Amino acid sequence: MEQSTGGGYHGIPRWIYAIAAAGGLFVLLPLAAMAARVNWPQFIPLITSESSLTALGLSLRTSAASTALCIVFGVPLALVLARSTFPGQRLLRAFVLLPLVLPPVVGGIALLYTFGRQGLLGRSLEVAGIQIAFSTTAVVLAQTFVALPFLVVSLEGALRTAGGRYEAVAATLGARPTTVLRRVTLPLVLPGLASGAVLSFARSLGEFGATLTFAGSLQGVTRTLPLEIYLQRETDADAAVALSLVLVAVAVTVVGLTYRRPGTPGRRSVLEGPGLAGAGAEGAGLQGSAAGGRPGGTR
Amino acid sequence: MNFRVQATVGARGFDVGLDLAPGETVAVLGPNGAGKSTLLSVVAGLLRPDSGRAEIDGKVLFDLDGGAKTWTAPHHRGTALLAQEPLLFPHLSALENVAFGPRSAGIPRKTARESARKWLAAVDAGELETRRPAELSGGQAQRVAVARALAANPEVLLLDEPMAALDIHAAPLLRRLLKRVLAGRRAIIITHDVLDALMLADRVIVLEGGRITEEGPTREVLQRPRSRFAAGLAGLNLIPGTLTSTGIRTAEGLEVAGHQDEEVFPAGAGQPGVAAFPPSAVSVFLTDAHGSPRNSFAVAVTDLEQHGDQIRVRADGMSADITPAASADLGLAPGMTVYFVIKAAAVAVYPA
Repeated sequence: MEQSTGGGYHGIPRWIYAIAAAGGLFVLLPLAAMAARVNWPQFIPLITSESSLTALGLSLRTSAASTALCIVFGVPLALVLARSTFPGQRLLRAFVLLPLVLPPVVGGIALLYTFGRQGLLGRSLEVAGIQIAFSTTAVVLAQTFVALPFLVVSLEGALRTAGGRYEAVAATLGARPTTVLRRVTLPLVLPGLASGAVLSFARSLGEFGATLTFAGSLQGVTRTLPLEIYLQRETDADAAVALSLVLVAVAVTVVGLTYRRPGTPGRRSVLEGPGLAGAGAEGAGLQGSAAGGRPGGTR
Repeated sequence: MNFRVQATVGARGFDVGLDLAPGETVAVLGPNGAGKSTLLSVVAGLLRPDSGRAEIDGKVLFDLDGGAKTWTAPHHRGTALLAQEPLLFPHLSALENVAFGPRSAGIPRKTARESARKWLAAVDAGELETRRPAELSGGQAQRVAVARALAANPEVLLLDEPMAALDIHAAPLLRRLLKRVLAGRRAIIITHDVLDALMLADRVIVLEGGRITEEGPTREVLQRPRSRFAAGLAGLNLIPGTLTSTGIRTAEGLEVAGHQDEEVFPAGAGQPGVAAFPPSAVSVFLTDAHGSPRNSFAVAVTDLEQHGDQIRVRADGMSADITPAASADLGLAPGMTVYFVIKAAAVAVYPA
């Protein structure tokens, strides 16, 4: 497992480095190109304009809220997917992961037909005096919809890697299932949960298509930073570039500060030897280092 | 006031019944895949058997035989499990690990910690209380795991090869510790090591293919093994067959002469029986050497290996220990046909 430090053998052919470098450049070069186009003298005024600050504030608040929602729904989902078996489990997993590959605009339309005024639930909500579409709540829901799979994938991977053996031992020591979850399972997968939450936050921050479709673009209410950037691009390219850089900076800071490399926590949880009644033994290699899941959001 | 379990797991061909008196420790021996871990999982409630019933001192752990099925969740059973690996919770200190059981039982934090300190001291790990599991050696971690299991005050302690993952220095230490803490405690210990059975258990059961093939006081099973597995543990050759007036007759018609202890085993010609003899009692010849009262079997050598300062000759499921010089004189090599000769007086014959 050790690599890159000292003179240890890592077995990577040299040409792999060349391709890896090209891949890295493919991501870095556009960012650099964008940074080169920034109107630096006007940078501060551009990003501190009222509409920019409003959009940034809204983005941060809604992303925080949707991350919280992702944790609330994603943790139970990941637990159910990783730890239990029931008919239709594969189907459930497929549907939970669907937003990863779905164009966000499709997600927005789907949400509209669910929570919109004429939607499946929207009509009843309307009677109760609750309007969701084209509100800040809609922004949060749209972001949650697209970001939830990131948390579920990360956490499910972490849960499978950790295996069920600690939980089994905790149960035989007399701990109720809720106690096991609180005192053993969650602390064990905390790094995976944190990674998942950070990825969800980053995905929420970048969410555009579903938000525009389901929540619209109302300044201060639903116009998040990506929407503001898109709008500014039509009228003021300098502002769009400056704000893009801000978004990149925020994303890099959040991910860089909190995202842990999958599989780094020094825990010997990878199951060796005969498992307890085979429990968990199969979980070990399955997803391996899936903690972290698929990075990079689709815009 | 007893612990009793009877369970079948169809998919694993498992069908085992077992009783434990208060304070009794039973060692479960058997080859890999014999169902030893299945037994512990069923008792701990981690695996639901197809049928069966278990109770501790009148408390029903599960009852799947009657119409109204009963199933007690693992955390209500009082069956703490100590596995091959310590499985200490990595995010908790040694002290908090040991306090986990008492805390789960609803004991206040302070009292639970005091109890945990007491148990850490009992396993000579008092100075480790602030350490994280990652900072402990394998032996230290397993000692803390023993303390954690005991602190949960289990009705039955389940030990699944607790010494198997330890190095040769740590294992004897833990064995001594277990001998101390298992005294007067009801426990089931799975082991591959005959030494564990001798030192820690009052009684052994041998599991093979999901069934109990042998059961009895440790010393008796090792002195007079009836299963090939137990004979292997005791370091004895074992030949099964039918009792005759002079020894036993195998299914292939081979006569084995031996001595029967009539006082212990009233002669029962026609009953199933076994002949047991140590490899050291076997002499190896290249030609058939007749002479009464001796047994002489023509066998094909399968393996030769160093065994202590002797050479162990394996042939047709039997072993002979001879000196390296004798081996060289005979020019032994796998595939050769030789004669294993055993004095009848060295062969113990008893009912199976």
